Amino acid sequence: MAVLLIAEHNNKELRPFTLNAATAASQINEDVHAIIIGQNSAEATKQLSELPVIKKVLSVEASHYENFTAENFAPVIIKLAENYSHIVCSANTFGKNLMPRIAAHLDTSQVSDIIKVISPDTFLRPIYAGNAFATIKSNDEKKCVTIRPTSFDPCDSTGGSAPIEKVEASEEFSLTKFVKREEIKSDRPELGTARIVVSGGRGMQSGDNFKLITEIADKLGAAIGASRAAVDAGYISNDHQVGQTGKVVVPDLYIAIGISGAIQHLAGMKESKIIVAINKDGEAPIFSVADYGLEADLFEAIPQFMEELNKLNTIQK
Amino acid sequence: MKILVAVKRVIDYNVQIRVKDDGTGVVTDNVKMSTNPPDDNAIEEAVKIKEAGKATEIVAITVGEEKAQETVRKALAVGADRGIHVKADGILEPLAVSKILQKVVEKEKPDLVFMGKQAIDDDCNQTGQMLSALLNWPQATFASKIDIKDNKLEVTREIDEGLETIEINVPAIVTCDLRLNEPRYASLPNIMKAKKKPIEQIVASDLGVDISPRLEQIKVEEPPKRKAGIKVANVAELVQKLKNEAKVI
Repeated sequence: MAVLLIAEHNNKELRPFTLNAATAASQINEDVHAIIIGQNSAEATKQLSELPVIKKVLSVEASHYENFTAENFAPVIIKLAENYSHIVCSANTFGKNLMPRIAAHLDTSQVSDIIKVISPDTFLRPIYAGNAFATIKSNDEKKCVTIRPTSFDPCDSTGGSAPIEKVEASEEFSLTKFVKREEIKSDRPELGTARIVVSGGRGMQSGDNFKLITEIADKLGAAIGASRAAVDAGYISNDHQVGQTGKVVVPDLYIAIGISGAIQHLAGMKESKIIVAINKDGEAPIFSVADYGLEADLFEAIPQFMEELNKLNTIQK
Repeated sequence: MKILVAVKRVIDYNVQIRVKDDGTGVVTDNVKMSTNPPDDNAIEEAVKIKEAGKATEIVAITVGEEKAQETVRKALAVGADRGIHVKADGILEPLAVSKILQKVVEKEKPDLVFMGKQAIDDDCNQTGQMLSALLNWPQATFASKIDIKDNKLEVTREIDEGLETIEINVPAIVTCDLRLNEPRYASLPNIMKAKKKPIEQIVASDLGVDISPRLEQIKVEEPPKRKAGIKVANVAELVQKLKNEAKVI
């Protein structure tokens, strides 16, 4: 039986992590079908059909799918589930919200947030904020799996031409109503997929001081991250949080400024290729994972850092 | 309004996790245990709602071994009225816990069920969503703000793109984010008073649901360790290393 991938999109286009989840799905079984549920999502549906790893696209459209409510999405997938061995989705807030609702209906014990496909029924996943890795074998007939997107490379996005099949919509779940979404628009790269991330912590001391982080991020073409302490203190909005209960990032370069490095934060960034820590406390745990540590007052170090960057002839973007 | 709050006993968030040498799990002997942190937010929110006169009773429930009761006792000390301990030993998957909670909900008939959005031990992030699926109730996951409006809740959810607000009809499930509120500490007199509050004991097997594990934990291992890095003397050296050694800028 084929694997069913639930595409994440914003009706206009696919969200980038759908490509990573598609890679993971294709490692379970080469026969991957993808379902896209939305409203006026023809363009995103076309993008999905162009992924070479996708063999068939199922498209469902209705006005009550416009805002991705799990209570509306789950019945569509449950109805199709009998044709599939696995249902997979990214382990971000979209998939985390949706997949357990599907798994419970199918009486399946979900495997969350996998980082490796060992075999079609066995997966590797982090537990305890990534302080241990568990190898889990699912004995359920149908498997519901969410995928940590940063642990899988994105699949090719062009060259495919999967057939698109329309699927009938399910009834609306009337007890949940979407009210509004406040998305923070920015020209910077997305945190989850950025090549460089510059993050600030409690050491920044105020939201105003985060401007120092912004300047460096702009100079490097980087995304901006934050520790939970910085978000809790109101220095920056929640969509920037990196860590166990925030986002997991794996950039080529992660620069942690004024972040002590609690295990909950390390859980979200310690797989980064190169880690830089700037902190005035030489004993801060962040230094234990840093490739390059600088023990310094960040309010002196950041302006110097900008100065040194300005001296460089070229900066990779 | 009656609120059921589910709490889980986990290794304290400050404890450095150690993997057992035989690969069967992590060391839990002589390790400090606490309530799962976002479950504390769930209790706190219920207590605030009751203090605002919008709830009449708060029932705290846990599922697990004998000692799991401590988390219920703590919930009673910060304001829950009574407790339920569903006794079950061994590994409990979120699916099993949600089936147990479903049975209790059918008996207790709460208007709201609160719990943390994720347990910090297995990091599954499933139980609330599964329970709402089994009950066919609305779900508001990752809640950072809750407003009660008659028979409806307006909930702000933390999502990857920012914030989302939804309106759900009661009865409903809410899973709580750490930013929902600031959990209070139990005062000594309240800890003493909590000792007199009732905790009902239920044996899981009496509920008539299948809670046997569906997943086999083949092994638990240490994650690969990062190689120790170096300390640089100054910013100029740092930038030089990033440019010429790591080649990342």
